[in-house]
Amino acid sequence: MSDNYIYISILLMATVTYLIRVVPLLVLRKPIKNKFFRSFLYYAPYVTLAVLTFPSILYSTGSFASALAGTVVAVIASFFKLGLPITAAAGCVTALLFQLFL
Amino acid sequence: MKRNIESFRKGFIDGIPIALGYFAVSFTLGIRGGDVGLKWYQSALMSATNYTSAGQAAALSILEEGGSYIELIISTLIINLRYLLMSAALTIKLSPKENTGMRMLMGIGVTDEIFGISVAQKTPISPVYNIGAMSVACPGWVLGTALGGIMGEILPSVVTSSLSIALYAMFLAIIIPPARENKVVAVLVFLSALLSFLFTKLNFLSGISTGMKVIILTVTLSALAAFFFPIEEDNNLEEEVE
Repeated sequence: MSDNYIYISILLMATVTYLIRVVPLLVLRKPIKNKFFRSFLYYAPYVTLAVLTFPSILYSTGSFASALAGTVVAVIASFFKLGLPITAAAGCVTALLFQLFL
Repeated sequence: MKRNIESFRKGFIDGIPIALGYFAVSFTLGIRGGDVGLKWYQSALMSATNYTSAGQAAALSILEEGGSYIELIISTLIINLRYLLMSAALTIKLSPKENTGMRMLMGIGVTDEIFGISVAQKTPISPVYNIGAMSVACPGWVLGTALGGIMGEILPSVVTSSLSIALYAMFLAIIIPPARENKVVAVLVFLSALLSFLFTKLNFLSGISTGMKVIILTVTLSALAAFFFPIEEDNNLEEEVE
């Protein structure tokens, strides 16, 4: 991957993200009330994160078995609302133990 | 002036727990950046200019495949579009007299968390409060990414490959608890995961890049959910806004 490609990509995404955030602050004087648009934006992050997570999580570690074990543990931890850091740590430790001892 | 110092101080203090959370999440982004082939300082630069976990994670997947700039722009736009709603909610709570410079500065840090604490302030809200929160939360985000990237470069590969699952585990911790409370979200998460899986397995779909997959599924599934199950005003950001 060339450095140019990386830096141009970062510049482009930073510009898009900043414009989305700053334009309403500079030009809007009314709240956005459109129910469909609001609902769309409410649901969108769940779809994006689920799509990014599956199936990538299953190939994220050194072996499929360790990734699967880490995934199962992370799903359980998140189901019981243990919070982001604990869920992440539980997934990592499980994957590590699997790779070291199995 | 005295009011500004007070606002900044309050924002700074409220930003500390956010900074700690950011550090943990962005650490995993730094690890992921290393997996993809970014140097630690390139991952940190991405964090310093973006402040969006899902947006950056998607961008890293696109970079990994050598995706096009157009794909990157559209995916970033769609994933981060919700910030438009947050900024629109914030702007009506500002005094009309707030100057452009202040507005442009606070615009850098309109994240889910900083939005959350700033809309909870008395109206008119002070941009200086946001800037106070950003002054501790944003360095947390950047330092976490840098450290994740550095650790990825120096730790043994069995450890870094195990750490690589952390970003996805974080995402699970974000999407699964709301899915327990809301059946529509639960079905949506399940369908998204299933379809995403099929996209990689079915021959006629497997040529589609990750960025395009994110774009197609986010737009269609969210639009369908919004059409058939529109959320009530008080069920959304509005509850924090009013």
